[in-house]
Amino acid sequence: MNDLDLLTAITVFVLSVLVGVEVISKVPATLHTPLMSGSNAVHGIVVIGAMLIAAESHDWIGWTLAFVAMVFGAMNVVGGYVVTDRMLEMFKARQAVPKPERSATGTREKAEV
Amino acid sequence: MDTVSNAVHYIFLGAAACFVLGLHLMNHPRTARRGNTLSAMAMAAAIAATVWLVADEGVIDRAGWLVLGTGGLVGAALGLWAAREVRMTAMPQLVSLFNAVGGGAAALIAINDLLQADDPAAIGARVALPGALDIVIGAVTFSGSLIAAGKLQGVVSGAPVVFPGARLLNALLPVSFVVGTVWLVLAPDSRTALYGLTAVALLFGVTMVLPIGGADMPVVIALLNAFTGSAVAMAGFVLDETALIVAGMLVSSSGGILTKLMADAMNRSVANVVVGGFGTGDSAPETAPAGGTPAQVRAVSADDVAVQLAYASKVVLVPGYGLAAAQAQHELGDLAQLLTDHGIDVSYAVHPVAGRMPGHMNVLLAEANVPYTQLKEMEDINPQFPQADVALVVGANDVTNPMARRPGNAISGMPILDVDRAKSVVVIKRSMGHGYAGVDNELYTDPRTGMFFTDAKQGLAQLKSAVREFVG
Repeated sequence: MNDLDLLTAITVFVLSVLVGVEVISKVPATLHTPLMSGSNAVHGIVVIGAMLIAAESHDWIGWTLAFVAMVFGAMNVVGGYVVTDRMLEMFKARQAVPKPERSATGTREKAEV
Repeated sequence: MDTVSNAVHYIFLGAAACFVLGLHLMNHPRTARRGNTLSAMAMAAAIAATVWLVADEGVIDRAGWLVLGTGGLVGAALGLWAAREVRMTAMPQLVSLFNAVGGGAAALIAINDLLQADDPAAIGARVALPGALDIVIGAVTFSGSLIAAGKLQGVVSGAPVVFPGARLLNALLPVSFVVGTVWLVLAPDSRTALYGLTAVALLFGVTMVLPIGGADMPVVIALLNAFTGSAVAMAGFVLDETALIVAGMLVSSSGGILTKLMADAMNRSVANVVVGGFGTGDSAPETAPAGGTPAQVRAVSADDVAVQLAYASKVVLVPGYGLAAAQAQHELGDLAQLLTDHGIDVSYAVHPVAGRMPGHMNVLLAEANVPYTQLKEMEDINPQFPQADVALVVGANDVTNPMARRPGNAISGMPILDVDRAKSVVVIKRSMGHGYAGVDNELYTDPRTGMFFTDAKQGLAQLKSAVREFVG
């Protein structure tokens, strides 16, 4: 690893923090739980690291560590995205409710169950 | 770099861009689901590209493929099962569990990298330093998140667990991180340093979270989420994978922002929460209403409240921790629907720390079919309280206490909902017990306030049938 690579990595690091702050501070409080669970799924990218160490392992210690890391990472990715989708589906289903034409009169269709 | 490696890195770049876009789309309920799907597809592409890269490099042996395949399948099955089965009230536990596994995986990557190096003595600071940081942050997150999940699930006591010397230990352990990190950087092949650092970090995660009370969990979960992101970014430095650095730091920013928001909404500093020792919201023993009830409290019945609600034109509902704990969100949603159908303007005032993680109350209400257009954040609803005929408070205490506007008490300066400015107030609460700040709520002794002493779920069910009598 030479110094230029390290410099690039640090540049990416700093810019990512700034992009993250910029993008995330606009999310309304209503969506903070799905945001956290969705960003939780994003850190599941650690599974790629687990795959890379699985590829380089050639003894029992390595295989065991890589296996546990694979289980953890895959669980994080799949579970994180699925549960976020489940939550957001509930928000989305409600979207149709305020729209019906009669909403202005104060009456409102019952939300579907 | 050969062609495949190049192509894979372009795919990683595209995936990183999609993660940013996906999070950006989360800024509106209408586009949020699309954002999550985009992010998931990018992740799938990045994983597929990694399989391609691994196959192309040709260093992986048959056992490696077996480990990769079975580990991936087992993890995916576990994650899928947990995500499908979890109840919305248990969401904070699940997020905490995913924080744990994410941090754990990141720590294992660094440990494996340091153990498997062809020539351990030749590992430079370029790898050893982020490696040591990865182990510390990842292991602290792993054990800390498990304890947090245990507290939320009720497996570990939700009350602050403080043992003699805990403060001293929590002050000394970080010092050993510095020692361990320096040692590992100077001697990357030292197994003692590697295992020692891992063990100390695991211990610190436990001793850090144990003394923090259940009511502080919104802050802790957000903080641990930020930790996991940083651990993943450090793993990116170890493996020289910028995709991990980008994704990790995006998560870290998000966790950091939410930590700050939650701490501000509770009128605490993050350091104050982490030092912990109080915040007993989960287990505060509620005393019977008869006991120390001040004389001027006006107790009301379900019928009294139902009359008020049925003849109101604007009602603001204030759901709090007690509602979440009693899992009464469906009852509240039904009551609100009943009032809405009757032509009454209903909105929900949601304080940022209502529930057990940032925005948790919104999810619980969304589950109970509440249209998100009725959910109002603190700054939007506060100016509307003076027009409200009734403010119905369900299990919220400190966040409605007008004392916060005056200096010189435990909650001074805490942002609150201006419930006391409504024309009349009804509070559903089991007793006059204190909230987590341990101070009397002046709202309860206000002449315009009626106290409906009951369990949130039962009380709301009674209100529902009583209101139906009037509007039926």
